[in-house]
Amino acid sequence: MEKLSIIIGKSIQAISRLRGGGGSALPGLVIERINPKFIKQILSKLPLGVVVISGTNGKTTTTKIISELFEKQGLKVFTNNTGSNFVRGVISAILQNIKITGKFDYDIAVLELDEAHAVKFTEVAPIDYSLLLNVQRDQLDRFGEIDYTASLLQKVADATRKTVVLNREDPRVGKIKAKNIKYYGLSNSLIKKFPSDDDLIVTSNTKSSNKNADVIFERLEGQRATYSIDKKDYTVNLRLKGIYNAYNVAGALALCHTVMPDAKVQRFVDDISTIESAFGRGESFIINGKEVEILLVKNPSAFQLSIASFADDSHDYMIAINDKIADGRDISWLWNVNFNKLDNNIKLVSGIRAYDMALRLKYDNIAVDRIIENLEEAVDAFISDGEKPKRIFATYTAMLEIRKIISGKSIL
Amino acid sequence: MKLKILHLYPKEMNLYGDHGNVLAIKRRCEWRGIDVEVVEHEPGNKIPDDIDIIFGGGGQDSGQGKIEDDLQTIAPKLKDFINNNTPCLVICGVYQLFGKYYKTGSGKTIKGINVFDVTTDAGKERYIGNVAIKSNEFGEIVGYENHSGLTKLGKNMKPLGEVIVGAGNNAKDKTEGCRYKNCIGTYLHGPILPKNPKLTDFFIAKALERKTGQKPKLDKLDDTVENKAHAVAAKRPR
Repeated sequence: MEKLSIIIGKSIQAISRLRGGGGSALPGLVIERINPKFIKQILSKLPLGVVVISGTNGKTTTTKIISELFEKQGLKVFTNNTGSNFVRGVISAILQNIKITGKFDYDIAVLELDEAHAVKFTEVAPIDYSLLLNVQRDQLDRFGEIDYTASLLQKVADATRKTVVLNREDPRVGKIKAKNIKYYGLSNSLIKKFPSDDDLIVTSNTKSSNKNADVIFERLEGQRATYSIDKKDYTVNLRLKGIYNAYNVAGALALCHTVMPDAKVQRFVDDISTIESAFGRGESFIINGKEVEILLVKNPSAFQLSIASFADDSHDYMIAINDKIADGRDISWLWNVNFNKLDNNIKLVSGIRAYDMALRLKYDNIAVDRIIENLEEAVDAFISDGEKPKRIFATYTAMLEIRKIISGKSIL
Repeated sequence: MKLKILHLYPKEMNLYGDHGNVLAIKRRCEWRGIDVEVVEHEPGNKIPDDIDIIFGGGGQDSGQGKIEDDLQTIAPKLKDFINNNTPCLVICGVYQLFGKYYKTGSGKTIKGINVFDVTTDAGKERYIGNVAIKSNEFGEIVGYENHSGLTKLGKNMKPLGEVIVGAGNNAKDKTEGCRYKNCIGTYLHGPILPKNPKLTDFFIAKALERKTGQKPKLDKLDDTVENKAHAVAAKRPR
C-alpha cells in the first residue's frame, strides 16, 4: 500500500502540474482517502524521528531556528510550509520529496503544527518530540477560549512518544502533563518583561516558575543574549530581533539539546548567531536609503511584546490592521494592548480596520496624523515622510500585502 | 465632579478586550473635565458605598467558576445600587450570571443573582461574528459576539435591541441583550462602548443625574473617528 500510495500520489501531482495546478491539494486529498496510514509509514522511518512545534506565538520562527540548527549539525531536515490543511500539506510535501523507489532521504522531520490541526495530526502521524511554546489569545473566533487551546496542546503532549519540551513560565503550558518533560524558562530579572495572557491587563507574574529548567534565558543586552544551559552560561549575538524571539531560542536550544544530547552545546549556541528572522517577522528592507522593518502582530501578547522590544524615538511607526479570516475577524484584542510606549511616534494607521486602530489610540490619548485605509497609498505616504527609519506593525494579511508592495520598491 | 466606576473581576473576566469599555467611560468623562476613579473588585474585596457606575466583562467558563461565590456575596449590595438606578453594564459571562442561572455545557448549573429575569443554557453551537442591532433609544449598535449560551428573556424583560445581523440572545427570537432600569446586559464585545459613543454617554449621563439630582448637559465631543469605525464595523461580513 505504501509503494502504491507513492506511485499514485506522485502521478496525480505530475498530472495536476501538467494541467497548470500547483500540485499541492489534490494528491494529499486522494492519499488521505486511500491510505490513511501514509504519513505514519513514511515518517516512522526517520532515524531521529518527528519533532513538532506548537503554541500560539512564535511557531514559524522557532521551527526555522530548530531546522537550521539541525542542518548545521549535518542532518537532513524535512520541514513543512503551513497551509490551510495541515495533514494534506504534509502528505504533499512528502510526495514531492520522496523517491519513487520509496526512499525518503531525511534524518528528522521538524514540523510547525497549528493548534487547530493538532488533534487530527496526532491521529495520523507519529510524534517523537514536541516543543510547546505558549497559549495566548490568538484568534478566539477560531478556537473559542484559551483553556480549550490548552487542552489541544495537552493532546499533542499525550501523543508524544519521547520528550515534551515545555515553557515553564506559561501558566497553561507549564501545567501540561507528560511522561517525559523538559522545561525551559526565564530568569527572575526577565520575567517582568513577559506578560502572560492573564497578566496583560493586571500584572501579577513577578517570579519565575520553580520547576527545574534545562535552559534558562538569563539576560539580553542589546542583541547579546545569555542562556544558562545545564547550569553553564553561554552568550551569543543574535540576528533575530525582539525579546520574544530571544526566548524562542531558549525553547529551540532545549529541544535540540534533548534530541541530540551528545552534540556540543557551544556549537548550537554559535550557530544561533547566524539565523535570521522568518518571513514578515522582523524582516527589513531598504527603500530610498531608509530602513523599513515589518513586524507581524497577531494577538495582544505578541503585540505588547513587540512594542516592548521595538518602541523607541529613533523610528517612525505605522500600524496596519486587517480583519480577514486569516487575521481573525474579531479585533477586540487591540483593546488588550497598551500603546503608550509608542506615544508620538505613530505617523499613520492603515488597513481595513484603520479607523478602529485610530479609535483605540485615541482612547490612549495618542493622536494619529493620518488614517489611510488603502495599504499601498499608506505605505507610500509613510515611507516618503521624513528621514527616520520606519517600522510597520501589521496583522497577517496586511503583512503579506505590505511585503508585496515593499518588495517591489526595495533594493536588497 | 468625580465618578467612581466599579470594575467587577478585571482579572478573571478580561477576555475580548472588554476593559476597553471602562477606558471609554473614563476618557469621555476626562475629556469633559469629570474625574474618574476605577475600583477593581477582586473576589473577597468589599464594595464601597459610593459607586456611580458598575461594569463587568466577559470571560471564559473557568473565570465564571472562580467568581461564582463572590458574586453571590456581593449580590445584595449590587442589587441595591441597581434598584437605585445606578447605571451598570455587564457583558457576556457576567450578563449570564446577572440572570437566574447559567447551565454550562458539562451540565453544571451556576446560580445567578437575579438582577435580570433571564435564564441561560449552553447550546451546542458557538455563535461567533460581527453583530449589529437596532435600539429605539440608542440607534444602531455594533459589536462582536462569541458565545454558546442561549439566553431567554422572562415575560416582562425588555431586550437592549433587535438583531439586524448576528445571533443575539438565543439565535431565535431576534432579541439581543437585556435592560432593567439603568442596567444593561449584552453579548456584544468589540468592545461595545468605544464604537457606540451614544451608549457610553448614556452611562455617564445617568451617573451624573443620580449624583446631582438633575439632568446633566454633557459637552459635545468630536466623534468623527468613533462614527467612522462604527460605520466600517457595520459593513464587515459576519
